[in-house]
Amino acid sequence: MNNLNSLVFFWPELLLSGTILVAILADLFYLKKDSFKVAYWSLGGMFLTYIAIRLQDIEPTSLFMNTVAHDPFSQFFKILILFSTAIVMLMSLVSGELRKYRIGEYFSIMTIMTFGLFLMSSSIDILMVYLSIEIVSIMSFFLAGYLKRDSLSNEASLKYVIYGAFSSGIMLYGLSILFGLTGTTNFFEMQKAISMLGVESNFALILSAVFILVGFGYKISAVPFHFWTPDVYEGSPTTITAYLSIAPKAAGFALMLRFFNQVFGGMSENVSTSWSAINGLPWPELIAALSAATMTVGNLVAIQQSNVKRMLAYSSIAHAGYMMMALPMMSNSSIEGIMMYLIMYLFMNLGAFFVVIYVKDQTGGEEFNNFDGLGWKMPYIAIPMTLFMVALTGLPPTAGFVGKFYIFAAVIESGSKFYWLAFVGVINSVISLYYYIRVVKHMYLLGERSDEFINPSSKLVLGLLMILAVPSFVFGWYFSPIAEWISRSTIMFQGM
Amino acid sequence: MDHLLSWIIWLPVIGMGVIAFIPRDRSSLIKQTAALVSGIQLLLAVYLWSVFDASNGNLQFMERAEWIPSFNITYILGVDGLSLPMVFLMALIGFIGIFVSWNISNAVKGYFSLFLLLNTGVMGVFLALDFFLFYIFWEVMLLPMYFLIGMWGGPQREYAAIKFFLYTLAGSVLMLIAILALYFTCGNTFDMLLLMERAPIALDGMLWWGMSAIKVIWVLLFIGFAIKVPVFPFHTWLPLAHVEAPTAISVILAGVLLKLGVYGMLRINYTMLPDGVFWFAGALAVLGLINVIWGAMCALAQKDLKKLVAYSSVNHMGYTLLGMAAVIAASEMNGSNLISAQAGVGGAVFQMFNHGTISAMLFILVGVIYDRAHHRDIEGFGGLASQMPIYTAFVAVAFFAGLGLPGFSGFVSEAMIFIGAFPVFRTVVIISTLGILLNAAYFLWAFQRMFFGPANEKYNEIPEINRREILTLLPLAIITLILGVYPRPFLDLIASTLNVLIESVVMYGGIAQVIQ
Repeated sequence: MNNLNSLVFFWPELLLSGTILVAILADLFYLKKDSFKVAYWSLGGMFLTYIAIRLQDIEPTSLFMNTVAHDPFSQFFKILILFSTAIVMLMSLVSGELRKYRIGEYFSIMTIMTFGLFLMSSSIDILMVYLSIEIVSIMSFFLAGYLKRDSLSNEASLKYVIYGAFSSGIMLYGLSILFGLTGTTNFFEMQKAISMLGVESNFALILSAVFILVGFGYKISAVPFHFWTPDVYEGSPTTITAYLSIAPKAAGFALMLRFFNQVFGGMSENVSTSWSAINGLPWPELIAALSAATMTVGNLVAIQQSNVKRMLAYSSIAHAGYMMMALPMMSNSSIEGIMMYLIMYLFMNLGAFFVVIYVKDQTGGEEFNNFDGLGWKMPYIAIPMTLFMVALTGLPPTAGFVGKFYIFAAVIESGSKFYWLAFVGVINSVISLYYYIRVVKHMYLLGERSDEFINPSSKLVLGLLMILAVPSFVFGWYFSPIAEWISRSTIMFQGM
Repeated sequence: MDHLLSWIIWLPVIGMGVIAFIPRDRSSLIKQTAALVSGIQLLLAVYLWSVFDASNGNLQFMERAEWIPSFNITYILGVDGLSLPMVFLMALIGFIGIFVSWNISNAVKGYFSLFLLLNTGVMGVFLALDFFLFYIFWEVMLLPMYFLIGMWGGPQREYAAIKFFLYTLAGSVLMLIAILALYFTCGNTFDMLLLMERAPIALDGMLWWGMSAIKVIWVLLFIGFAIKVPVFPFHTWLPLAHVEAPTAISVILAGVLLKLGVYGMLRINYTMLPDGVFWFAGALAVLGLINVIWGAMCALAQKDLKKLVAYSSVNHMGYTLLGMAAVIAASEMNGSNLISAQAGVGGAVFQMFNHGTISAMLFILVGVIYDRAHHRDIEGFGGLASQMPIYTAFVAVAFFAGLGLPGFSGFVSEAMIFIGAFPVFRTVVIISTLGILLNAAYFLWAFQRMFFGPANEKYNEIPEINRREILTLLPLAIITLILGVYPRPFLDLIASTLNVLIESVVMYGGIAQVIQ
C-alpha cells in the first residue's frame, strides 16, 4: 500500500504522535510543581489511541510500501503496550523519587517510547526494525537516567547506552550481511531470496542470524546478553524499571517472533519445518539452551540479592527465560503461550514493582528488611504483594500459573524432544519460590507484630493495587476470554 | 440434594468469606463461625456416606460444568469408595482441628481463614476428576500450609515452612509435566475418566529417548505423590514440619495430607498407567519396607515425643505402600490370586483411614502435654500415670492402637496388608514384620519412660486433660475401637470400588510382560 493510503490505517500512531506534541507543548505551560499534569494529557491521548486501535478493521495488510504490518498480532501487542504504559504513568504519579524532579518531559518521553514500541511490534522491514529499536533504546536511556542527581541512575543510563550501542551495532552488522545476501530489506522478499541461496552462503547466513539474535537477546535480556539488566534496573527510577521489564520486552518478543517466523521460517505451513531455512546450525536447540541458561542464571543470582528491586530485576531475566522456552517450537501454541505469559506477567510484575515503590516511599528503603512486619502494619500492601509473589512463582490459582501452564503446554505439545526444557523450567519455578517467598516471610513471619496501622497514602494507590491484583488472581482460574482474544491475535501478515 | 460435592468443597471458602467480615478482635465469634462451617461440612459428609451406594464401584454424584473450553478444561467432581472415606476423614479431622486450635490467640482471623482454605484444597483433591482441577486444588493447599506452619509454629518454623513448601512444590511441578504429557498424548483431555480409558492404549509402546513413556510418566507422578506420603528418601521434610507446626496443623498433616499421596497413586497411577504398576510394584514393596524399618528405627532414637510420633507416620505409611503393591497378586502370572489383591489394596485404604484417626489422636495428645509442660522431652517426664491418670488412659489407647494391638483398627489393616502381600512379596513381608516389633518397641518404651517409674516432682501440680481435649479425642478413639472389632462397614464401603480398580489394573497384566 502506498504512503498516502496507508495513513488511513495509521490512525492510532498518528494520534499518539499528536499526543507527543501536545504533551511537549503542555509541559511548557506548567510550573515545576504542576508538571505532573502532563501525565493527564498523555493518558488522555493514549486513551484515544486505544479507541482508535479498537475501532480499526484488522484485516491483515501492510502499510507504507511494505514496511509496517497491520494485523491482529501487532494490534495485540499495541494494546498490551498501551496498557502497561498507562499503568506505569499512573504509578509515576505516586512515586516519591520522581517528585523531586520536574517530570513533565518524563511523560512525553514515555509517550515517544510507546510510539517506538508500536513500530517495533509491527515492522516488517529491517530498516524499520532498526529505526524502531533505536527510538525505543534512546528513550530508555533518557528514562533510566532520569534521576539526574542520583549517581546510581546516572550509572544505569551510561551502562545502558554503552551496552545498547554495542548490541545494536552487532545487530546492524547482522542485518547488513542479510541485506548483502538477499538484496532486499523486506521480510518476505528476504525469505524468498534465502530459500534460493546456495550452500556456499550458509556460513554468512548463520553469522547474520547469530548477530541478529544478539540484538534481540539484548532487548529481551537473555543470558548471555543480560549483563546490563541488573545495574540498569537497580539504578533507574523504579517506575521505569517496571516499564522496562514489560513493554520493551513484549515488543522485543513480538519482533523476534515475527522476524524468525517470516525471515528464517520455512515457506511451508508446517510447523516443524519452520527453522529449516538455516542449515548447519541446530537453531531450536540453540535457543532452547539460551532459554535454559537465562532462567537458571536469573533465578540463581536472584536468590542472593538483599535488595528487593534488584531481586526483581534478576527474576525478570528468569521470566524472559520462561518465555523463550516457547520460541524453539515456533508453533501457534508457542506464540499463544508467549502472549498469554506477557499478559499475566504484566499484572503481577507491575504489581510487584509498584509495591516496591510504595514501600520505599513509606519506609525509606527497598531492602528485604524494609518489608518486615508489613503484614500487620499495611495489610492492603502485604496481601496483594503475597499474591504477586505467589503469581510470579507460578502457583495456581493465580495468573502466573496460567502463563506458565501455556508455556509448558507449548513445549510439551511439540513432542518428547524438548521435555528436558520443560523439566528445567519447572525446577526453576521451584527455585524461584525460595526468593519470592522470602518477601512474604519478611512481611508476615519476621518483624514484631504490632497493632499500628498505617493508612494508605492515597486512593490512587489502592486503585492501582486493585487494578493489578484483581486480574493477577482472577485470571488464574478464569481466563477463557483472554484465551479467545489470544487465539484470534496470532494472525500475522504473511506477505502479499 | 444438588451439587452435594460442590457444597462440601466450597463451604469452607464461604466460611472464610464470612470470617473476613468479622472484626479481628472478636476472636470467639471467629472460632464459632469456623466450627459451625466445619460442623455443617461434617454433617454433609455423613449424609453423603448415608446416601452413597456402596454396591456400585463406579463414581457417583458426578458434577460436570464447562470451565475453560479452549483447553478442554472442565469442572468435574465425583465420589467413589476410594474417596468417600477420605472425604469423611477430612471433614471429621477438619472439625476436630477447629477445637484443637481453640487456644490460638495470635492473629485468630488469619489462622481460621487459612485453616478453612486448607480444608477446601484437600476436599477438592479428593473429589476432583479433572486433572487440571486436581492440580489446582493440590497446589492451593501449599500456601495456607506455609503460613500455618510459618506463623503459628515452633522456634524453627520458618525453616520448616519453607522446606515443606519447596519439597512439595518440587514434587507437584513434576506432576504438571506428567499431566501435560498425558493431555497431549491422549487426545487433548484432562478428564480423568477419559484418560483412564485412553492412556493405557495411547502410551502403549511409546518411547521417549529410548525409555517407555509409561515409565517416564509413572516416575514423574510417583515422585510428586511420594513426597507427600512421604516415601523414603523424600521424607526429610516431614519430621521437621510436624515438630514445628501447631498441634492442629500436625493433626491435619498426619491425619489427612499424607493420604493425598497414596490417594493420588491409587486414583491416577493405578488407573491411567496399569502397565507401570507391574513394572513398579516390586520397588513399591521395597520402598514400603524401607519406610517401615527406617521410620521405626528413627522413632526409636527420638527424644522428642512429637518427632517420635512423626516418624511413626513414616513407619505406618510404609505398610500402605506394601499393601498397594499387592495388587499384582491378581494378575495371571501371579496365579490370579484375587483375594490377596483385595486384601492388600483394601488393607492399604483401610490403613490410610486408620492412620488418619490414630495419628490425629497421637498428635492431639502430644499437644495436650506440650500445652502444660511446654516441652516434649520424653526423658523429662516420668510417673505421669499417677499425676494425670485420664490422660494416661488416652495415651495408652492411642499408643496401643498405633502399635497395632488386636482390637484396634490398626491391627486389622496391617494384618490385611500382610495377608495380601505375602503371596507375592514373601521376603519383604517377612522382614517388615520386624517393623511391627520395632513399632511396639518405640511406643512401649516411650510409654514406660513417660508414665511409669518415679514421678517427676515438677509435675505434681500439672492439670489433668480437660473436657474440650477429651471431646476432641473421643470420636477418634471410638472409631478406632469400633473398626478394630467390627471393620465390616468400612470394608464393604470400599470393596466394590477396589474390585473395579483391581480389575482395571490386572486387565493389562499381559501387556506388562512386554514392557518389562
